[in-house]
Amino acid sequence: MNRFSYLRAGDVAEAAREAAADPAARVIAGGTNLIDLMKYDVERPSRLIDITRLPGLRAIEETADGGLSIGALASNTEVARHPEVERRYPLLSSTILAGATPQLRNAASTGGNLLQRTRCYYFYDPGTPCNKREPGTGCPAIGGVNRIHAVLGASEHCIATHPSDMCVALAALEAVVRVSGADGERGIPFADFHRLPGDAPERDTNLRQGEIVTAVELPPNSFGQHHTYLKLRDRHSYAFALVSVAAGIEMDGDRIGRVRFALGGVAHKPWRDPEAEALLQGRPASAEGFAAAAEHVLRGAIGHKHNAFKIELARRAIVRALGQAAAGTPQSQTDKRIQ
Amino acid sequence: MPDNPARAATGGPAPARLGPATSPQTVAIELTINGRPRRLAVAPWTTLLDLLREELDLTGTKKGCDHGQCGSCTVLLDGQRINACLVLAVMKDGSAVTTVEGLSGPDGALHPMQEAFIEHDAFQCGYCTPGQICSAVALVEEGRARAPDEIRELMSGNICRCGAYPNIVAAIQQVLASNGGAGR
Amino acid sequence: MPPIPNAETHVGSPRSRVDGRAKVTGGARYSAEFTAPDLAHGYVVNSTVAKGRITGIDTAAALAAPGVLAVFTHENRPRTAWFSYKYQDEVAPPGTPFRPLYDDKVVYSGQPVALVVAESFDAARHGASLVRVSYQAEAHETDLTSRMGEAYEPPKKRSGISPPPKPRGDAPGAYADSPVKVSGGYWAAYEHHNPMEPHATTVVWEGGGKLLVHDKNQGVLNAQSYVSSVFGLGKDDVRVVTPFVGGGFGSGLRPQYQLFLAVMAALELRRSVRVVLTRDQMFTHVYRPNTFQTVKLGANPDGTLRSIQHHSVTGTSQFEDYQEVVVNWTGTLYHCDNVELTQKLAKLDTYTPGDMRAPGAPTGLFAAESAMDELAYATGVDPIELRLKNYTEHDENEGKQFSSKELRACYEVGAERFGWSERNPEPRSMREGRELIGWGMASGAWEAQMMKTSARAVLTADGKLEVACATADIGTGTYTILTQIGADAFGLRMEDVTTRLGDTTLPYSPVEGGSWTAASAGTAVQLACEAVREKLFKHAQKASGSPLAGAKLDAVSFAGGRIEVTADPDRFVTIADAMRAGGVDRLEAEETANPSKIDQLRYTGYTHSAIFVEVRVDEELGVVRVTRVVDAVAAGKILNPKTARSQVVGGIVWGIGMALEEETLPDHNLGRFMNHNLAEYHVPVAADVQGIEVIFVDEHDTKVSPIGVKGLGEIGIVGTAAAIANAIYHATGKRIRDMPITIDKVLG
Repeated sequence: MNRFSYLRAGDVAEAAREAAADPAARVIAGGTNLIDLMKYDVERPSRLIDITRLPGLRAIEETADGGLSIGALASNTEVARHPEVERRYPLLSSTILAGATPQLRNAASTGGNLLQRTRCYYFYDPGTPCNKREPGTGCPAIGGVNRIHAVLGASEHCIATHPSDMCVALAALEAVVRVSGADGERGIPFADFHRLPGDAPERDTNLRQGEIVTAVELPPNSFGQHHTYLKLRDRHSYAFALVSVAAGIEMDGDRIGRVRFALGGVAHKPWRDPEAEALLQGRPASAEGFAAAAEHVLRGAIGHKHNAFKIELARRAIVRALGQAAAGTPQSQTDKRIQ
Repeated sequence: MPDNPARAATGGPAPARLGPATSPQTVAIELTINGRPRRLAVAPWTTLLDLLREELDLTGTKKGCDHGQCGSCTVLLDGQRINACLVLAVMKDGSAVTTVEGLSGPDGALHPMQEAFIEHDAFQCGYCTPGQICSAVALVEEGRARAPDEIRELMSGNICRCGAYPNIVAAIQQVLASNGGAGR
Repeated sequence: MPPIPNAETHVGSPRSRVDGRAKVTGGARYSAEFTAPDLAHGYVVNSTVAKGRITGIDTAAALAAPGVLAVFTHENRPRTAWFSYKYQDEVAPPGTPFRPLYDDKVVYSGQPVALVVAESFDAARHGASLVRVSYQAEAHETDLTSRMGEAYEPPKKRSGISPPPKPRGDAPGAYADSPVKVSGGYWAAYEHHNPMEPHATTVVWEGGGKLLVHDKNQGVLNAQSYVSSVFGLGKDDVRVVTPFVGGGFGSGLRPQYQLFLAVMAALELRRSVRVVLTRDQMFTHVYRPNTFQTVKLGANPDGTLRSIQHHSVTGTSQFEDYQEVVVNWTGTLYHCDNVELTQKLAKLDTYTPGDMRAPGAPTGLFAAESAMDELAYATGVDPIELRLKNYTEHDENEGKQFSSKELRACYEVGAERFGWSERNPEPRSMREGRELIGWGMASGAWEAQMMKTSARAVLTADGKLEVACATADIGTGTYTILTQIGADAFGLRMEDVTTRLGDTTLPYSPVEGGSWTAASAGTAVQLACEAVREKLFKHAQKASGSPLAGAKLDAVSFAGGRIEVTADPDRFVTIADAMRAGGVDRLEAEETANPSKIDQLRYTGYTHSAIFVEVRVDEELGVVRVTRVVDAVAAGKILNPKTARSQVVGGIVWGIGMALEEETLPDHNLGRFMNHNLAEYHVPVAADVQGIEVIFVDEHDTKVSPIGVKGLGEIGIVGTAAAIANAIYHATGKRIRDMPITIDKVLG
């Protein structure tokens, strides 16, 4: 770990000001990813700005429009186990509980979950090149070991995936990320928060220098009845998703009303495809319909040597997840049998 | 287990010098460790785990991966189980920490979870054991696990390479049962 | 050796671990947890290329960093032994062992190239991040498939590893003539041991040139001998003390490089030094090799084997010919007149692989027992019946009798408990909800060995016993079983017995491995206790008017702190009185247990198992759950059913990992393992492990070891992977011959 200075920020404005002043500074909350990366020398901050004592960023409360606002410092556990989240947004709760471990969820913050970085082996290993870690050095995952890498939206510069489970639900729920910076506050629709790698894979998100995530706002539509989070991985717990699907449906009788679904483990960001969702709207819930939507999502998918299986796996996972959601039988995160 | 007498100076009222003078940028913090308030001076990069093991000689808390990938360093921080390897001590000023050394009574009486681990042979090499036990104590407290698959899922943050999982689950079940199921 | 009367109190009964309290309270100290007043900390820098030369190491920034004391590289390494043979250890394979920081050559990716020593762990880690190493890389090869054409039979055999037997009959000819044939190629992935305790060494500089070394290993004497040889130190100057080992699984058999580095730095700096490897660095030394196998079985339509051909190619390093027994198992388990077994190696630019839990056996039996399962389907014979049909009562590889073999009982008892008779053999015939259910089984075998081992017993007048041996308890329960044996020898409570292990000042033991420790150290402790009993008995008879006058040793019992006539317990002498009569306050004996040379000439000893597995497979999504395991084990005498069961359960969990999860992924472009951490190298977690039932089948064996013990450390893993693969076939109809069987392979 490199040497750095430490600042315990007193308020959001101070934290944002200090973060803006020094591009090498990093904001820290739960620390479960940042400290991890610092020990690998992947992150070498000049300064850590500790925001854990900022007032008002931990609250989980109803918003004016009937949605729910989750403070950026609320821990993953606090969110997943919050009575209102469990009651109204069970998809979010389930998705959080599918990720990491109780220990990590107790420490990890909501804002930090959004900002966690890829698990790409090469990104994590400073002994190898990586465009995300050191722009311009190349991407050895292409042509290398790419079992866990992206099949959608990748570029010739980077095929990393975003590792979060929670963010897959937030994409499906169409959350809004509230941020605060030198230019004031703004809300970023979830779909616009994370980026695709393109030719600048070093940038994971569209946050501006110095901007701090203050809250995540959930709209009132919550898919309280018809939802699921289906996570497929290399062991039954404590593993990142190879492919995951968060799905929410508002059933209109036996027809599909509003439907949202997003994929994890397949792209540089939680992957949503509004066109595919539109294909389902107003149709009966059927395996054929789900398969057509899945086909649409994966139409541009590109596989590499070790991850090509993800394309077919994602196709099947979408069909299964949509079926679970339509039937109102969400995937249990403790009973590993998949309905 | 008593602290190393050579390091006992880390307790008491005056901020103690921690380790050799290699980290001039230390920050004074207070932590209550196993019920004992301590004033400490820590470098910003010192993790809670390294503070416990390297500075305070509380080596019951284990370092298995140092990256939150194994759970060997699980301790209770303000009552919640966390990975001590991914916590900077400087950020936890004012917190209370319970390690495996703090679970047994002052008379040496074992915590029921420690007794149950021995009875069910819930460990072999013993290296993951303190983390397993701290995690299991928190699991009971959280009140979310009853059925075996719930216990298994909520104990999956603690890897046991010796493969004692069935015995760990049995030990936890015994404690849960004696707690009347520890409902929510 | 005469049996000890009244010796069954603790031995054979379930007993909790005697080191349990230390382990559940955090009181047990592992190698990185010993400290010293002047302790310095080392952090290793590893190479980023797989092959080439170091062209420069810039240590200036590191040396300027606060707290850094020294940076050791090949350029300034203190003088150590020149000849590579000086780096040999007790279990080294043929070749020239790796010598850390020896010269500018890089022979594998991750090789240690520098050690930064600082006043604190953190300062050392920071310093290490500032070391800049430049390389001239050379072309490397880490891909076994590219080297298959150059595979060779190792010219020098590894000591203690039986090479494949000479061919019997004409296996290729008999295969060609066989009415039923099955054949297949099998892959086993690289695996890393990953004990929870990373390798670590704390060298305490005791002054006067003496070193107290706490090193994570499975043999303190092996570590001592290595240090002494490499650094030219007298053995009296190097004491290695390792009371607790946080898992070994074979990774601590050979000295790992942190031992060398810590001792080197301590000698040079003349102060105490600790070097702990990071989890990622745990992927820069020993591992289970990548293996390719082909198996061809020829049989009659009734399943009788006519031909066995089993060949393997295993990766090794450029500098050592690592060998493990991969193919012999097939020839040992089954009767067949035409058998051809070969093992070859292929050189790769990697570190030398090494022994990992049951080295070779689960790999070889994955192939062999998958092929047997395939033969069962090809012939329509039930898998158990097929194995019984080809059962052999003697070891045809060695031409010897088995010391005992209750494998038949394992099949019967295991099948009964599992409910095997309910199985519909048709693949894809069992289903519940969306999941296909598969039931598979396999046989397991592991050598039952005994090694020359010494132990000491010291009985004091207060009725306390200490037994001691240099061997290690790596979690197997050695402390506990030796305590049980000692307690029974004198009829004591276990609390009255202290067992000391893991110290070079204690009586001789080889490395702790191969499942031989219980048989070897257990016998040695029993012999030492026996010798003390004789001395005590003589003293007890010395007293004038001794109630034991005229009694024979085999007519008395030791119980409750006294020696009594078995037939007339009112005639007794207490331990204290016996000592008083002899004018002593302690009695001590050291004895050495040797395997019987005669029995070794006549018999081979194996532990056997029959393992039954239920899997549930979501075929569409490729998800496999192991929902039930029954393992029936014949392992001779079971000293402690509680710890014994744990050993087997642990092995089965390893088998689940091997079958479904564990794989170290090499990038052949970089010549580097990439998933070098516990987040991406998947070992089983609690959610992966459901019901496991272990049954010990009665087996009486007086030839394998004097105490009838065969050993249990390995047998649990051996057949598990094959049984899981066979269960997956039964569930899905897919024969997957490539471990681990991950989602992509089930889909594929």
